Amino acid sequence: MDELLTLSGVVTDIGAYHILHGVDLTVRRGRVTMLLGRNGAGKTTTLRSIMGLWRPRAGAIRFDGADLVGLDTPDIARRGIAYVPENMGIFSQLTVAENMKLAATGARFDAARLDDVFRFFPILKTKWHDRAGLMSGGQKQMLAVARAIVEERRLMIIDEPTKGLAPAVIDQLIACLLELKARDTTILLVEQNFHMARSVGDDVAVMDNGVVVHVGPMAELAADSDLQTRLLGLSLAAHQ
Amino acid sequence: MNRLRDPQLQARLVLPLFMLAALPFMNLATWLTLTVAGFAMGMMLFLMASGLTLVFGLMDVITFAHGAFISLGAYVATDVVAALPHLAASASWLAALAVLAAALTAAIVLTGVAGWIFEIVLIRRVYGSHLRQILITVGGLIVAQELMVAVWGANPIPIAKPLAFQGSIVILGASIEIFRLVAVALGLAVFAGLEFILSRTRLGLMVRAGVENIEMVEALGFRVKRLFVAVFVAGCALAGVGGVMWGIYQGLVTTGLGPEMMILVFIILIMGGMGSVGGAFVAAVLVGLMTNYAGFLAPRLALGSNIALMVLVLLWRPRGLFPLVRG
Repeated sequence: MDELLTLSGVVTDIGAYHILHGVDLTVRRGRVTMLLGRNGAGKTTTLRSIMGLWRPRAGAIRFDGADLVGLDTPDIARRGIAYVPENMGIFSQLTVAENMKLAATGARFDAARLDDVFRFFPILKTKWHDRAGLMSGGQKQMLAVARAIVEERRLMIIDEPTKGLAPAVIDQLIACLLELKARDTTILLVEQNFHMARSVGDDVAVMDNGVVVHVGPMAELAADSDLQTRLLGLSLAAHQ
Repeated sequence: MNRLRDPQLQARLVLPLFMLAALPFMNLATWLTLTVAGFAMGMMLFLMASGLTLVFGLMDVITFAHGAFISLGAYVATDVVAALPHLAASASWLAALAVLAAALTAAIVLTGVAGWIFEIVLIRRVYGSHLRQILITVGGLIVAQELMVAVWGANPIPIAKPLAFQGSIVILGASIEIFRLVAVALGLAVFAGLEFILSRTRLGLMVRAGVENIEMVEALGFRVKRLFVAVFVAGCALAGVGGVMWGIYQGLVTTGLGPEMMILVFIILIMGGMGSVGGAFVAAVLVGLMTNYAGFLAPRLALGSNIALMVLVLLWRPRGLFPLVRG
């Protein structure tokens, strides 16, 4: 299977703090790669470095063979990478429709994709003309993911989509990601929720202290509680 | 009753309630005269403040050099009006409108170009640092004022209203200056135009989204840096438009014309909610009305009354009447 995204020795500093100390990571085409790790391990910084929101000091980030380091964030996004940040990045003063329009090229929706969005998240159709800021946390997260899937993307980067959400909303997100996975969408997903990680993950990379310390199949990590305890400091099942 | 608890509705009611509150202190004709004068002044202040509030809201840039673009617009108007003496002296409304349109067009082009250069030379270097923005734009203001002295001289330049805009008309016993009605019409047109652009166009959508969360706009593939330049240029051009109207209204143009207005402009920005165009509109009219009402009822309190008004608004709404929500 070929590699869509490769990080080699990525070093990123935020001000005086050295966050990433040489991250090596591979995301394979058509797979869902989970990025796990304790709080402060460098997961979000890795995603932001890929998107050019924080510039790596050293190392290479190659997307489909082209180097992304040094490119501006809009240029990286235009290569077909959708980014759902940890804080969701919803424009709360804009309506749901306006949020979606910004994510669609030329503000025009592909009817089939929009139907998919409404099928995954029916509430967005109901709230289409409402201000996004008036929605609940779960509905905002649905909008954040909907914005990422309203067009065909080559890679989706999603940062902790289930954080603080009710189980019913998490199940909706899992169903959405599973359908995207079935369509061979490539996804890099940071997640603390074991249920989601086990449900959608094909591959896993575990980070600790700014480096990737383990890579392998998600199923292997999900089945090995000793490995989980060694890498993550606790059993994932117990974490739920 | 629950609707009255809506903060947006409460803020929208401030303006009509303020106007009605002044009515018991004067007769209807005086109230009408002062209210139209207040609206006219408010519209000219809105023209000056609207660009600055957009620049702050989107770019998080505080520029003290905005006054220089107001002065530049006024100076350009002196040249244009002087270059069209026959049209300016004509009693025809069309001729007066042609003079005003020519002055506005020239001011928009020149202040826009000057703003573009200003952004490249100074502003681009100080994004993200308010202290450096204040220091460098104060320096830029001084340089710009000296450049205007070099071009137009140090002496005040008189500028006459086009003949058709001189004089007054009487409505319900109130004497209302024609030029003030023109200012109200232009201000409302600019406000409507800005609202249309912001609410109905993709550019406006990007600006509104950028005001909330620039990073996410970039992550969606939009080049915010270009948007910054466009908004800064538009902000300077709007200042130029305000300068044209204020210069013609005052009848005398100096390099201090713009900077002297900046106290009121900043009061408007703070009171309206930094970055909010609608807030700037309401606050500008409030300031215009307060200046005129207080100027009639207690002339010595005219400027102080606006500061007191701002304090009252901030005690009620610490982030202004229509605060922005940032992501």
